Amino acid sequence: MTDRVVVVVRAGPLTTVQDLGRPGRAHLGVPRSGALDAPAARWVNRLVGNAEGAAVLETTVGGCAVRPRRAVTVAVGGAPCAVRVDGRPVAWGAPVRVPAGAVLDIGRAVRGVRTYAAFAGGIAVEPVLGSRSTDLLSGLGPPVPADGTELPLGVPAGPPSVTGGVMPWAGPPAELVLRVRPGPRDDWFGPDGLRVLLSGGHRVAAASNRIGMRTEGPVLRRTRSEELPSEGMVLGAVQVPPDGRPVVFLADHPTTGGYPVVAVVDVRALPAAAQAVPGTPVRFVMAR
Amino acid sequence: MRVLPVGDRALLVELADGEEAGAFHAEVLRRRAAGALPPVTEIVPAARTVLLDGVADPGRLAAELAGWTFGPAGARAEAVVEVPVRYDGPDLPRVAALWGVAEEEVAAIHSAAGFRVAFCGFAPGFGYLTGLPERYAVPRRATPRTSVPAGALGLAGPYTGVYPRSSPGGWQLIGRTELTLWDPGRDPAALLSPGARVRFVPEGP
Repeated sequence: MTDRVVVVVRAGPLTTVQDLGRPGRAHLGVPRSGALDAPAARWVNRLVGNAEGAAVLETTVGGCAVRPRRAVTVAVGGAPCAVRVDGRPVAWGAPVRVPAGAVLDIGRAVRGVRTYAAFAGGIAVEPVLGSRSTDLLSGLGPPVPADGTELPLGVPAGPPSVTGGVMPWAGPPAELVLRVRPGPRDDWFGPDGLRVLLSGGHRVAAASNRIGMRTEGPVLRRTRSEELPSEGMVLGAVQVPPDGRPVVFLADHPTTGGYPVVAVVDVRALPAAAQAVPGTPVRFVMAR
Repeated sequence: MRVLPVGDRALLVELADGEEAGAFHAEVLRRRAAGALPPVTEIVPAARTVLLDGVADPGRLAAELAGWTFGPAGARAEAVVEVPVRYDGPDLPRVAALWGVAEEEVAAIHSAAGFRVAFCGFAPGFGYLTGLPERYAVPRRATPRTSVPAGALGLAGPYTGVYPRSSPGGWQLIGRTELTLWDPGRDPAALLSPGARVRFVPEGP
């Protein structure tokens, strides 16, 4: 039995294994999945000398704690939080050596939602369709870790980077600005649909998850009542369900859907959307 | 054909109906195989659209699409997928009543049709199959089941589908198959992929 393993001591509210997902299979009904804040996942991987697409832990608000069986270099980034090894504070956003048997505690996010922890060698659970990401919509990928789950680690690739390059960002903005392009179904809401979307007053709703960032605030009313036949959905699509409250599709979004998409968010804004806490004001602005 | 921009990296191509969407999808795959399509990350056929996602220059591709000509979908080169079915689903009496036939006739009517996988969605490997004559379309169940077993064969609207794994579902269940529709460890993982031809073969009682 290998000791290249981390044992989950405290799984936290929702901790999943994520890499850069499994794009290219939407036609089979397979969501892309992958780290919601991909720049943060890439960055912590660089800090420990991993390839950018190595599998990391993605925590949600409440952090998690793990105990490696043998000493391993770890980097924690994304949503800022306190990081402790056996109770002693250690650096966030830098490589940290965790001794064999010590507990690495990733604290509650001080700002933002999702914290990422990379381990030298990466988390080496069995890939499914080319990815180690857990997809919460389709159930593909490794099961969600629970207290006591053992996660295998890969062999460290090389010396950890000292700086990891430029830190993507240290926390979410006070206001989430999402650049959108209209369509493909903005005409289902009449001329008022886009106006309401762009009028401001939206906020991130608590029901947001890896599938979508839900909003509360101004409601978009359809001007067409017929069913929309199912059609392909993209990352960043702003889908409007019958309650009129826009949902921005994130990594685990369904591959097809039958509710009209009023606009599409520039994907470069989605990492920030993944870090926006419930209640954060959202401003949709027209791209260009 | 109507081409709708989707963000700055995708196009949604809307066709007249499902048949034409299938034909257009076949043409997209043909052109990609011939190296005559710019790189795309996803090609997602649906009820009457085909989504092309991850396109470097969607404006340019949209202009090219306007000049495309293509014929009917035609049969794909590979063999028809045969799916053995026991027609003993719990909604068989209901479907027979909706069709106005005896329960025993449902299997014969359903298995006489030649099906095509129009698109996948809902769950990995769940295909929406067309081919049943329009007059046999049925509504979804008013109350979806909280759990439908893997292999259950159902009908909804104009579509036939087989649940790849146990899940909630609102389709009218008329039978079941022992075939594994979806296995991530298999290549290809999905037994039924878009464009595939399918025939259901009734099994003994």
